Amino acid sequence: MVKEEQEESSNRPDNTAFTQQRLPAWQPILSASIVIPMFVLIGAAFIGVGVALFITSRDIQLQELDYTGDDSEHPCFKCRTNTEKCTCSMTFSIPTLFKGPVFFYYGLTNYFQNQRKYGASKDDNQLYGDLNYFTSPSTDCDPYTRDSKNMPIVPCGALANSMFNDTFTLSHTVNGVQKIVPLDGKGIAWWTDYNIKYRNPSITPLINAFNGTKKPTNWPKPIYELDTTDVYNNGFINQDFLVWMRRAALPDFRKLYRRITHDDYAAGLPAGNYTLTIAYNYPVHSFNGKKKVVLSNVSWMGGKNDFLGIAYIVVGSMCVVMSIVMLIVYARFKFGEDD
Amino acid sequence: MSCSFICFLGCAGEENWVDSRTVYIGHKEPPAGAEAYIPQRYPNNRIVSSKYTFWNFIPKNLFEQFRRIANFYFLVIFLVQLIIDTPTSPVTSGLPLFFVITVTAIKQGYEDWLRHKADCSINECPVDVVQQEKVVRTQSHKLRVGDIVMVREDETFPCDLIFLSSSRDDGTCYVTTTSLDGESSHKTYYAVPDTMAFKTEQEVDSLHATIECEQPQPDLYKFVGRINIYKDKEEPVSRTLGAENLLLRGATLKNTQHIYAVAVYTGMETKMALNYQSKSQKRSAVEKSMNAFLVVYLCILISKAVINTVLKYAWQWSPDRDEPWYNHRTENERQRHVVIRAFTDFLAFMVLFNYIIPVSMYVTVEMQKFLGSYFITWDEEMFDEELGQGAQVNTSDLNEELGQVEYVFTDKTGTLTENNMEFIECCVDGNVYIPHAICNGQILSAASSIDMIDSSPGGKRIRDLFFRALCLCHTVQVKEEETVDGIKRGIHQGRPTSFYISSSPDEVALVEGMKRLGYTYLRLKDNYMEILNKDDEIERFELLHVLNFDSVRRRMSVIVKSISGEYLMFCKGADSSIFPRVVSGKVEQVKAHVEQNAVEGLRTLCVAYRRLSESEYQEACHYLTEAKLALQDREQRLAQAYDVIERDFVLLGATAVEDRLQEKAADTIESLHKAGIKVWVLTGDKMETAAATCYASKLFRRSTQILELTKKRTKEQSLHDVLFELNRTVLRQRSISGDGMDCLDFGLIIDGATLSAVLKPSQEVSGHGNYREIFLEICRNCSAVLCCRMAPLQKAQIVKLIKSSKEHPITLAVGDGANDVSMILEAHVGIGIMGKEGRQAARNSDYAIPKFKHLKKMLLVHGHYYYIRIAELVQYFFYKNVCFIFPQFLYQFFCGFSQQPLYDTAYLTLYNISFTSLPILLYSLVEQHVTIDTLKREPSLYRDIAKNSLLRWPVFLYWTCLGVFDAVIFFFGAYFLFDNTTFTSNGQMFGNWTFGTLIFTVLVFTVTLKLALDTRHWTWINHFVIWGSLLFYVIFSLLWGGIIWPFLNYQRMYYVFMQMLSSGPAWLSIILLITVSLLPDVIKKVLCRAICPTATERAQVRKRFLKIDLKFYLC
Repeated sequence: MVKEEQEESSNRPDNTAFTQQRLPAWQPILSASIVIPMFVLIGAAFIGVGVALFITSRDIQLQELDYTGDDSEHPCFKCRTNTEKCTCSMTFSIPTLFKGPVFFYYGLTNYFQNQRKYGASKDDNQLYGDLNYFTSPSTDCDPYTRDSKNMPIVPCGALANSMFNDTFTLSHTVNGVQKIVPLDGKGIAWWTDYNIKYRNPSITPLINAFNGTKKPTNWPKPIYELDTTDVYNNGFINQDFLVWMRRAALPDFRKLYRRITHDDYAAGLPAGNYTLTIAYNYPVHSFNGKKKVVLSNVSWMGGKNDFLGIAYIVVGSMCVVMSIVMLIVYARFKFGEDD
Repeated sequence: MSCSFICFLGCAGEENWVDSRTVYIGHKEPPAGAEAYIPQRYPNNRIVSSKYTFWNFIPKNLFEQFRRIANFYFLVIFLVQLIIDTPTSPVTSGLPLFFVITVTAIKQGYEDWLRHKADCSINECPVDVVQQEKVVRTQSHKLRVGDIVMVREDETFPCDLIFLSSSRDDGTCYVTTTSLDGESSHKTYYAVPDTMAFKTEQEVDSLHATIECEQPQPDLYKFVGRINIYKDKEEPVSRTLGAENLLLRGATLKNTQHIYAVAVYTGMETKMALNYQSKSQKRSAVEKSMNAFLVVYLCILISKAVINTVLKYAWQWSPDRDEPWYNHRTENERQRHVVIRAFTDFLAFMVLFNYIIPVSMYVTVEMQKFLGSYFITWDEEMFDEELGQGAQVNTSDLNEELGQVEYVFTDKTGTLTENNMEFIECCVDGNVYIPHAICNGQILSAASSIDMIDSSPGGKRIRDLFFRALCLCHTVQVKEEETVDGIKRGIHQGRPTSFYISSSPDEVALVEGMKRLGYTYLRLKDNYMEILNKDDEIERFELLHVLNFDSVRRRMSVIVKSISGEYLMFCKGADSSIFPRVVSGKVEQVKAHVEQNAVEGLRTLCVAYRRLSESEYQEACHYLTEAKLALQDREQRLAQAYDVIERDFVLLGATAVEDRLQEKAADTIESLHKAGIKVWVLTGDKMETAAATCYASKLFRRSTQILELTKKRTKEQSLHDVLFELNRTVLRQRSISGDGMDCLDFGLIIDGATLSAVLKPSQEVSGHGNYREIFLEICRNCSAVLCCRMAPLQKAQIVKLIKSSKEHPITLAVGDGANDVSMILEAHVGIGIMGKEGRQAARNSDYAIPKFKHLKKMLLVHGHYYYIRIAELVQYFFYKNVCFIFPQFLYQFFCGFSQQPLYDTAYLTLYNISFTSLPILLYSLVEQHVTIDTLKREPSLYRDIAKNSLLRWPVFLYWTCLGVFDAVIFFFGAYFLFDNTTFTSNGQMFGNWTFGTLIFTVLVFTVTLKLALDTRHWTWINHFVIWGSLLFYVIFSLLWGGIIWPFLNYQRMYYVFMQMLSSGPAWLSIILLITVSLLPDVIKKVLCRAICPTATERAQVRKRFLKIDLKFYLC
């Protein structure tokens, strides 16, 4: 008897809310009476945010200079086909104060930094300063692993090899005198890239670490000479190098070149005439690319981007419109819940 | 007899005799001079139910897993990734595949280990074997064919045994076969008569005999064999052996101290082991649409890859794009032929987009089915106190099919009705007898009532014969209470101390009914049946032959010899099988009465007898023995013999037994009707009885117009005319009523004979097309159909007919008996009732429920839930993978078709495995769009999901379009945001991985919130899992990007996520993009709900009002 009872109790299912599918539950319905006010609220909020964003974005100043030199009138036209060192300069004027801090970008178009093979063509271990990979770089870097004499290249790979090498100087014409605007090359790369992800080998002087290796074929000077004035901006942790190594997402992109933070220009670039002198090295003609320089200041929401503000306004208004449509539909097809 | 025996052996020798086996009892060779047998090797008694061994587990299991098309697909993708240079590392598809394969292997391995353990415990359980005149204890698996085994009470037989002798004097033993077929009644088995007397080990061991029997076959109830007993210098004696001599492995000895028996089938050759074979797999409609969707997605995948490959080469036509100066190819690549390059690119694109068909979908679907099925077994409402059992799930593959049922085919007896028979009345020679005993508890009153009615002497003779016939013509056993000793038993037999057991409840009801009318069947002793008649005298009849019942003949007979030396044959059976064999008696009166009883819904049996002369008896005896001795075609020859013997009866009368309707049967059928399910009753019963049950169970209502398609009618008109006339009637009605279907409904009654005529492809009417189509057309318009006089196979035929009709409706068959197994196996969903007629139906079914009434909850609640759950699961899975992969496709247009992945490897791998898998799994386990009570109260909600409505192509298209829309929003939203601008207030720029991570974050949030929008039933688990999985994504991303992972050879994600979060516009755009992606779906939902609400949506609102009302009153 006892046994039977046990058997029965083991057969009997547990009477818990879970097993009987009777857990207490909140059962919201997406009904018009909830959704319409919700839409109005969301719409209002979005329009508000959108307007704020749009105004902020409009206030941002932007100065864009195309220096590719496609046009024969362009001062840089001569450098377009010139393979040797070539400098050209462009002038432009700023009508009102360009509020600081001003950021100096260079931009490339039609340049596929996001190609898969191109992007993978680097050796992270090398860049982390691991000497073992100096002499035998990863095959990911092919065909930029070794030079024609079979010497290993450091830093290897297409990405490093194609590093942007135009340089710029910006001068302000003050009373007819060219005054060079100091450009700050610090803090243009991600802090983590500079401090953690990329490292120089711990050998001083740095040059010794690169014994038996070659510079990338396109480079005019080896990596340990990128910035000879500052050890903390040389080698793999050179900020220009780091900026270049962070691949752009899209074929038309901008990269930060310098910041203008110097005392005289901390408040911004005063109105006036400026000259941009370009050391024109980087070839973009073959793939119909464009090169440009962009001066921009930023707000709390970053650079100039009307899209976000407009999108917010559009979506917000759509919400409001849809809530009106729903209200009409709801009034016409009175359904269920009106009391 | 011996002549035929020799002939048979001779033939056997010529044919090499592979159809039978010869067993030497106790391994003793037959005496020299006996026929040469071909020695055969028999397996030992080891039971192996496990699939794998330690050694072959890995290869065999892997082989079986990769035979599945999905696994194979992922294996191919994985191999492609290994071989060629592809955008993503092999880990991305290898890891999930490895995970899935490992989990499955562990599960299967564990199950197999359990089986090994179970096998082991069975194989090592002790068995007593007689060797050298002693009982020796050994292990079960060491048993061999020919061993003599001793089995004690309550022990289980270790293999299939031929019963030699028993501790009981009459050479019988009782056995329960509960574990075999679930019948709990005790069955009697008989020892071989010649060996019955052997009581001790010594005697048994001295036996010198061989057994010839057929090779093992799975039918539990069939066995033919013969035993040859050799005695010193005598001709061998041979006896036939039948199923009554064969004790099956798995059965348990009861009420018998011990028995001796010899092993004939061992190990995997036992009937129990042969019955392990699994059924064919059924696939649900959802699975079929899932596979169709999969093919569509495979096409999308391939076309995406083709488009991208073609565009890539078109785009690369100009050399500066093909190989710009900053990105040269290696020498190897340059030399490769362009066709090979294109093909490699195609494969690379395939690999890049392969996540659109996620490996995890299969795992999730399987887990959902497996875990979800527990809710059925856990359901307390489907627990039956009496049986002490709840519902059982034998296949979880069909859960959702329960929500799609359009036709229910139900058995009548035991399913609609209780199969709890009660004797109501009998009609002897035109006079009616009703036992009153139940009312006042006095047997006498019943007896006196008989006297009051009847007086004529001829009538009395018939009446006596009738009652004796019912007392003798049955296979009922008397089970005595064990505590009662012999003397007491003698006095109280037939009183509360004993009760009747039989495999057929009708028989018990009849014998008990007789007892109430004063004739008590006492027992069968030494082949004498004893009856206590109403004058308290014991009458003894020698039982000579039992002509067992079978469902083809639909009758049974016994031949007895009375004390006075008369040979009598009593027969009882269905009226249709008795009346043609009756030569005299008041046929008309009895027939009328039988019909009247049948209309009342009672089960009727007719009783007849025949007096046999000595010579007639000898002749009958000869036929029977010859047939029983036959080793081959015994069934057929027995049937022939029965046919010859059972004739020229004198009709005695008829009995009526009531089979009450199952509890809530009518309510269940009504609900099923309201749910739009057509209910068909398929029964072997006669039309009137079945029709009465149908009325009682509300299958037919008063308003139902009955269309008859029976033999009676087709006798008058040709089948052709009847069919066309019915069709016209139905069509006319439909054209009048138009769309409003419920103004008049039709019920069709068809019988087995007509059905086979309809189904028979006939030549004459080939011009008129097929009857089948017309019949189906009629059926389509009938809300209820009753098929009576059906043979088991015909039941399956009907199911098949409907299944293969042009709408391909989903069918469900429910039944409780062995005769329903064929239709249970045939139907899309087979449901077994754990009823009185054994467990065969339940064992062969996909789901087993204790009572018919549980079908309501099974279909309307569980089926409905499972369907909406899995439908959402399937659609959502495809949706979220479109959202996932389509941006990657779009990205190719902006990265020079270079197969650059948009997302990081970890994201690609984990998206389906962990970021988005749990919420949908949980949704598919616990979602309830309406409450259980509403579903039960409003069966019509079932119509909302009929015809696979949530998985039809328009719905699928909607989900896919929504996915594409969302993907476009994600991608171009991020694109315009990234368009030449900076995100940060320090002026720094973001790279491609931030771009991908931004899209991925929006993606994960959108698809999770989309599910949240679809969730109607928010339990704490839902909250936990949905918010938890979003939180998990964030934490994972923080961790993944927060550490330099030493085992990775790239650190591209380092700080990407955190940098993104530190930027205001990123937050704003994430919010914007999520909102925009979700908006259309919300608007669609609200508008659909307002403009054309489904019944389900109306019910949801009503439910809410009910609640509000309640609150109002409570306040």
